[in-house]
Amino acid sequence: MYPDAATYNAGVGARSEGSDGRVYDEVLDNGLRVLVQEVRTAPLASVWCWYRVGSKNESPGLTGVSHWVEHMNFKGTTNIPRDKVKGIIEQFGGYWNGYTWIDQTTYTETASRDVLDRMLFIEAERMANCLYEPADCESERTVIISELQGGENDPDQLLDQELTATAFRAHPYGHPTIGWLSDLQTMTRDDLYGYYRRYYVPNNATLVIVGDVDRDDVLRRVGRHFGAIQPRDIAKVPPTREPEQLGERRVTVSRQGTTAYLKIGYHAPSVLDPDFFPLLVLDGVLTGAKGVNLWASFRTPAPQRSARLYRALVDGGFASAVNGGLVPTHEPFLYTISVTATEGTSLSVVEQTTLAQLDAVRRHGITEQELQKAKNQLRARLVFEGDCISNIAHQLGYFETIASWRLVPELAARVDGVTLQQVGEAAATRLKSTNRTIGWFDPQPPTDEEAPAVGEGAGAGPASGRTR
Amino acid sequence: MTTLQQRGLAPVRSVLDNGVRVIAKHSGATPAVTVHASFGAGTVFDPPHEPGVAHFVSRTIDRGTASHTAEEIAERLDYRGVALAITVNRHALSLVCTCLVEDLDQILDTFADIVMHPAFSDREVETRRGEIVTMIRQDEDNPAAMAAEGLLSLLYGAVHPYGRRPRGTVETVERISRSSLQAFHAARFTPDSLSLVMVGDLDAQRAIESASRVFAGWKTAAAPATKFPPIEPARERRVRVIPMMNKAQADIACGFTTITRSDPAFYAYWLMNNIFGEYSIGGRLGDSIRERQGMAYYVFSALDANVIPGPLLVRAGVNPANVDRALASIDEEIARMAAEGPTDRELAESRQFLIGSLPRRLETNVGIANFLQMVEYFDLGMDYDVRVPELLGRVTRDEVHAAARAVLDPSRAAVVVAGPYTGTP
Repeated sequence: MYPDAATYNAGVGARSEGSDGRVYDEVLDNGLRVLVQEVRTAPLASVWCWYRVGSKNESPGLTGVSHWVEHMNFKGTTNIPRDKVKGIIEQFGGYWNGYTWIDQTTYTETASRDVLDRMLFIEAERMANCLYEPADCESERTVIISELQGGENDPDQLLDQELTATAFRAHPYGHPTIGWLSDLQTMTRDDLYGYYRRYYVPNNATLVIVGDVDRDDVLRRVGRHFGAIQPRDIAKVPPTREPEQLGERRVTVSRQGTTAYLKIGYHAPSVLDPDFFPLLVLDGVLTGAKGVNLWASFRTPAPQRSARLYRALVDGGFASAVNGGLVPTHEPFLYTISVTATEGTSLSVVEQTTLAQLDAVRRHGITEQELQKAKNQLRARLVFEGDCISNIAHQLGYFETIASWRLVPELAARVDGVTLQQVGEAAATRLKSTNRTIGWFDPQPPTDEEAPAVGEGAGAGPASGRTR
Repeated sequence: MTTLQQRGLAPVRSVLDNGVRVIAKHSGATPAVTVHASFGAGTVFDPPHEPGVAHFVSRTIDRGTASHTAEEIAERLDYRGVALAITVNRHALSLVCTCLVEDLDQILDTFADIVMHPAFSDREVETRRGEIVTMIRQDEDNPAAMAAEGLLSLLYGAVHPYGRRPRGTVETVERISRSSLQAFHAARFTPDSLSLVMVGDLDAQRAIESASRVFAGWKTAAAPATKFPPIEPARERRVRVIPMMNKAQADIACGFTTITRSDPAFYAYWLMNNIFGEYSIGGRLGDSIRERQGMAYYVFSALDANVIPGPLLVRAGVNPANVDRALASIDEEIARMAAEGPTDRELAESRQFLIGSLPRRLETNVGIANFLQMVEYFDLGMDYDVRVPELLGRVTRDEVHAAARAVLDPSRAAVVVAGPYTGTP
């Protein structure tokens, strides 16, 4: 019935009860890519609709527009009146949400399989018929500024934003997804609506359905809801490339606070670069492997007690926490190492201790035993991060948006194929001093006349529309 | 409607001769097992003169045992990709991890060694003390943490086990000695205070045999019974402002003491709180403060009925210029819910949500393990999941209204504002 449907046995390093692991890949005439996986472990279905638009598509004056548009796409449509939005999924026991980051904006519903049609209807409405009532745009402006200021209360987020903005001089990965405050204050309803109309088209989207569903039934329903939505060309602007960094950069945030933080960012390979998986293994050796699921993996701690930086910094008494961050992205982003200094330890000591470890791994690479441990960790994390239909669906859509969903079933093999030599080479080239930016949050003692802070916005991480 | 709801989880529960309770549930979604061990060793059991001991134990218990160094334990867990999460709340100290099925027996050996024979070596105690002091300093620079801690202190009093700071203060943590940690461990880590839940791709009977292999020989005196001071009903509105002028946004916490989890009115309170501050994005509070007025990214309420009357807390993060308006709106919603109760439609939707969301809550091993641990803690019965629809189904609109009337009253609220705000709300 669907002769073009490509199938692939996803396997993902593990059998899964109630699923043969196949992913059905279908492209509608209007360009909408539909991915379906039947997983019968619970009477549920998860729907994700992904758009290839994120804060990297934003130009000066409009920073934060992708995320604000995401918020506006929960405010009613031609066929979902504003007062029918609340509870539209919840009354069926379901959950819905969305998030925006540098490469992507995505929306999800997970609920009983019995309401699959309603979930698809919501996503079709979202793609074609959102309202953007001027009063709703205004009230959301202040909600988003509140989101920004809440993030700014966290010194580590503030430092992350400053570091990212320092590491990127040309590429739009440099500005925070939440946007700069003044842009959020001045953007208009027409800016928002124009951006929505430009990017929310079927040929720029991937629809993923995973759960206790029948593929033929899903594709029929998808055709009915989405088939008539017209495609439109998106004028593709050639992306700015970040020029090679010529020397170490430094940035210091001097604000009142109690605790000092160090953050080091290295320009990192994109997910399609041959260095990506070796660097992922290297991060496991340095700070413990996290896996590659932005929706799942970062909610559980990494196995890091025996990792090099944990041993040197935390067991050494210099830091109360250390974390590494390497996330699959479409274009080269950052590998960041974040350290919280213990009370009484100077940032220069924390920095020297961290850099000594990084220089050692750059000069001497890692050991065979460390390689095996990092691979074991990643193999386990790939199993753990596929523990429910929403996580499985997230990965298919995420990878399709930044590269191809076909990477997902290959992840375990990609990790397994990493060699000692590849890790050594990745360390030697990526961890050079000329490739890094060093950031300090240097806490200042309180002053008497300290005025309430009005900053420039915090949070280089994903911004979420409905999470509270 | 679904097979899950017809048959239910139907876990297997077994009590070993020494009192350890073991609950096992097969789930074959992934070739993994979640192990969740919970001890009655939460912060309420801190010696009154030494707040912070339970938290200190949670940071040191897995740092070496009588027969294995901290490094050996770290290596053994890390090599299998296992991260042990140790958390402590008011009543329980929990050790949770997920491992591949093939690693379960090794992990259980390590679990048992950690909880039975922790070394609390001087070197580890000193290193972790430095981390804890740093965490307390971070809390003191975090308006959300300061607002929440400040509110519990207002509601219960600074010396009540619920009112004390859960991590202690820098001053108390500096004083906690190795022997304090050992004494707390000896008193609270006992077979009768352990409930062990295992969920994953393994036979339930075999899981119980594995647990028995490592824990059946454990013998200690029973954990001492604890009495909690009575809670005085609030007679007036109490307000505290914690100025933190270096911050961009103010955090509001506002709350009341409620009922115990075993109170028959619990299900009415559960529905009332969902309608008031949870359903969709923050219930009625979210409708007013986020959706209509655009004042906050987060505003919600949370109910924690426990073995003592726990709190109902309202939380919101707002621009300092909007603190007064947000507080007025919270009061307005509190008063309206108490005066009018829910509408029939609100009650129906929240009921459908709480019942209908059960299959999602019980989709993953971690979700099932959390649920079964809660069921065991409150003694709700191993068939609780199949009884939830009926328990919620019989609650009437009048009962929900009565719950609102009983606790929601602006003139008896406790209120804390932490952030760049110096007004007098």
